[in-house]
Amino acid sequence: METPEQIKSRLEAAEPGARIEILPNDCPAGERSLLVDPAHALVLAKFLRDDPQLRLDYCSNVTGVDWPEAELNEKIKVKQVVDGVEKEIEEVKKTVRPGFLEVVYHLYSMELKHGPVVLRQRAANRAAGAPAVSLTSVWRGCEFQEREVFDLFGIRMEGHPDLRRILMWDGFKGFPMRKDYVAPDDFEYEPTPHDEVLEEAQKHYLPEVKA
Amino acid sequence: MNAELGVRGHVLALESADMSAHSKNYEILPKASETGEPIGELLKVSMGPQHPSTHGVFRMDVMLDGEKVVKLKPVFGYLHRNHEKIAENISYLGSMPYTDRLDYFCSMTNNWAYALSVEKLAGLAVPERAEYIRVIMAELTRLQNHTCLIGFFVQDMGALGTPLMYAFREREKILDLFESVSGARMMCNYLRFGGVRCDVTTEWLAQAKQLVDGYGKFLDEFEALFTENEILLARTQGVGVLSRELAVNASITGPMLRAAGVNYDIRKVDKYGIYSRFDFKVPLGEHGDTYDRYMIRILEMRESLKILHQALRDIPSGPVMDPKAKLRGFRPKAGEAYGRIESPKGELGFYLISDGSANPYRYRVRPPSFINLTILEDMCLGQRIADTVVILGSVDIVLGEVDR
Repeated sequence: METPEQIKSRLEAAEPGARIEILPNDCPAGERSLLVDPAHALVLAKFLRDDPQLRLDYCSNVTGVDWPEAELNEKIKVKQVVDGVEKEIEEVKKTVRPGFLEVVYHLYSMELKHGPVVLRQRAANRAAGAPAVSLTSVWRGCEFQEREVFDLFGIRMEGHPDLRRILMWDGFKGFPMRKDYVAPDDFEYEPTPHDEVLEEAQKHYLPEVKA
Repeated sequence: MNAELGVRGHVLALESADMSAHSKNYEILPKASETGEPIGELLKVSMGPQHPSTHGVFRMDVMLDGEKVVKLKPVFGYLHRNHEKIAENISYLGSMPYTDRLDYFCSMTNNWAYALSVEKLAGLAVPERAEYIRVIMAELTRLQNHTCLIGFFVQDMGALGTPLMYAFREREKILDLFESVSGARMMCNYLRFGGVRCDVTTEWLAQAKQLVDGYGKFLDEFEALFTENEILLARTQGVGVLSRELAVNASITGPMLRAAGVNYDIRKVDKYGIYSRFDFKVPLGEHGDTYDRYMIRILEMRESLKILHQALRDIPSGPVMDPKAKLRGFRPKAGEAYGRIESPKGELGFYLISDGSANPYRYRVRPPSFINLTILEDMCLGQRIADTVVILGSVDIVLGEVDR
């Protein structure tokens, strides 16, 4: 199968103006992914599906990833003059990476039996209902999985035919798979009349006898 | 009420309308022809979540025109416990017992899919003997899953009790094998990253061989009951047809995909583990109907028996764990991996992102039966209400995995 670089150059040739980035992966298997911009995601997805050399007709896995705002520490070497002698000193440079949400697609080809090509798109921020583009019109198999991404991560999949919660119930508030989600102590808590009844009852108690 | 409006309703709809005062489980919606004239009525029925044919807590919102299904929306999530979030808060190994509870019929293959993904993430090797043990366990799991599925499937068609008990009798023999090696019948928690938890004995292998030798005869008996049974043929042939194109586009995997005639078996495509060493065929369907989905499972079990015969014959001796694999303090390097296997229900995948710490940063299960439900409506449209139950049975869902 083609390398991510080859796929990238062909995608850019087919769709001028599309911004595509190859993301590194340090694990031994090392499947690098293609990050596409939301404006061109749908066109690029159609190209990947219909291109005779790739034929990625099977979208296996769709999921979201939450990346909250993080402080990245980078070690850089700085030259400094100490006591008249130039020395190299290691310094830690701190940068703040703004938070974002990501949708990841794992694509395979059932016809040519190769894969995976990992496709990613990013929602710009972590607001509730941050938009990304739904690819359900290209691969029907995304339908339920994109609903799940909407349900658990709060990414609004633009163009999805039936965007509703799927695993959580309809009235649920919040997005449980986000990193900053705090689960309530008791989901099934319902106020009971006990407190009121107790209060009423206490009015009838005799005042405490103090020794 | 209907007589006054001059509505011609179907028998089922009218009967239900009379009961409307007592129950709120359905509502009647008016249906108009193109000219705006009422030509009958649609009945909205909520099947489930406590319906015996839904294989757990699963609900179908069905819109009926008489007995014909005109709309169907699956509703689930009743068993949702956010498995993925739990896994992100505990160590890699800590999730292994939780994967047993996904598809509780096939804990061995769930373990394998998870172990495979972590091994891919951390670059661990698996010793020869452990690979053979994994294949034996996975194929035994496939046998018991398909056997039980057919038992449930014919029960949904009205063959109450007996066939299911035959299936469970055979399943129990396989579960006995699992119990003697892992200590648990269903929640095996047997695989580890870089091998399996403990070795199997020669007596165990002899018992497994005895079971595998006898299983073909059981399948013959089982098939004699169903394969040419007139009722089964009438209820399944031409029912719930799934086209090849839709099956591929909707990410359907496993026996359902192959029943639609697509040659895609991950054991053959990815050749994970040591599957390239075994001689077996991938059975394919022709029509994509419910009967094909039944038949594919019977044929797959026969192929599994072939693999088991070869694996039990060739299993070498040696260690069952990679000595480099660490059970405690396991921290894979930052990166991500997606590993997948052919579980009895389809492609079971695990997508893991590591940030270098002891817990996975992102842990995602790609559940086959959840995604196979995508086209339930497409298969049921235009069919009778009684057939939806049979079609759902042939999809093979386990709610522990659908809802996660």
